[in-house]
Amino acid sequence: MELLFFLLFAGLAIAGAVATVWMRYVVHSAFALMGTFLGVAGLYVLLGADFLAITQILIYVGGILVLILFGIMLTPPDRTERNAKRVIGFSASLVAIALFLAVQIGSVVRWAEKSNLEAPKATAAPIGRELLRPDGYLIPFELVSVVLLVALIGSVFIARRRKAVRVDDSSTAAILAERGTLQQKAGA
Amino acid sequence: MGLAGYLIVAAILFALGIACTVARKNVIYVLMGIELILNAANLNLVAFSRFVGGLDGQIFAIFSIILAAAEAAVALAIVLNVFGLFDSIRPDDPDLMKE
Amino acid sequence: MLSDYAPLLLLLALAAAFVVGNLVISEVLGRPKPGVGKKTVYECGMPIRGTARARFSVHYYLLALLFILFDVEAAFLLPWAAHAEELGKAGLVAMGGFAVVLVVGLLYVMRKKALEWDR
Repeated sequence: MELLFFLLFAGLAIAGAVATVWMRYVVHSAFALMGTFLGVAGLYVLLGADFLAITQILIYVGGILVLILFGIMLTPPDRTERNAKRVIGFSASLVAIALFLAVQIGSVVRWAEKSNLEAPKATAAPIGRELLRPDGYLIPFELVSVVLLVALIGSVFIARRRKAVRVDDSSTAAILAERGTLQQKAGA
Repeated sequence: MGLAGYLIVAAILFALGIACTVARKNVIYVLMGIELILNAANLNLVAFSRFVGGLDGQIFAIFSIILAAAEAAVALAIVLNVFGLFDSIRPDDPDLMKE
Repeated sequence: MLSDYAPLLLLLALAAAFVVGNLVISEVLGRPKPGVGKKTVYECGMPIRGTARARFSVHYYLLALLFILFDVEAAFLLPWAAHAEELGKAGLVAMGGFAVVLVVGLLYVMRKKALEWDR
């Protein structure tokens, strides 16, 4: 029974990843990526990491995927995807994948005997205790808050509205104007 | 299903993440490939945490998810700025520093 | 412990069956009534003008960004909040430090007026 669910979630994750690489339109790839995230969350549940599965869905599907969709919305569409180059790129990637998988599976087989078979327990309380213990993970926990603060300030600063595009270098401005992509964004 | 099954799934996801980053001419695909790679690594961590014992793998994976969120936010801000300036989403286009 | 998820699985199966069942039943039992207007894009009843691509303001991105960073903070608050009493004063101080750092971030965002859409 557990094997059935493992195959189901693993199949969903891998099918989602393949669809992410193969889909013609970016939006379709983003939704296929959501399928991968859900499949991985299911695998976390099978591994007994229930709090991690909830965090995965909350942050990856509810946060990062939404961010990727906003990025797709705010960037210009790609009009020049040439089909021939795409096939070459894919075949090269497939060869690389095959070699990589051969190495991985060769090294994975050694670990196949290791299996700690005690039943998994609920993890939200133990994780909370571990994170807040001074000789546990308290210091990384406080450092993560600083990292989040830095990411917040940095992203808000980068994405702020400007009166016009400030291109500081005159030769850069000349090259961009010649390409026709120098845009003067009118401010509010 | 033993440890090997989860490690193989993680390896396949990792390889597909690299393919997504490298083989598509769109910077949004690069971001999506990076998220696939991070998911594969997290799956590895949690699988070992389950089968070898201890909670450390899951806590490492939680920190990894949090930092992936922060990194996606900053990466998208940079993408919107740089690729908005060049009005394109191909990673090859910002090449003003080339000879 | 995995058998504890059986009710959740049942809920998912019922939800999926409801959605798929409704679509299938309406497809099978409904009479086809094709019309010219039904396959075109809906634009509030007006004839279609231009493409779907418009200049979106950057405020949408700022909204998604702030959501994800505070969502991350909520995800860290969850394991503490589940057992706050047994984690005691030390746990409160540690979590309080974490929250204070992110409140500083919120004050920065409010000061920079990043959440106001009128400008």
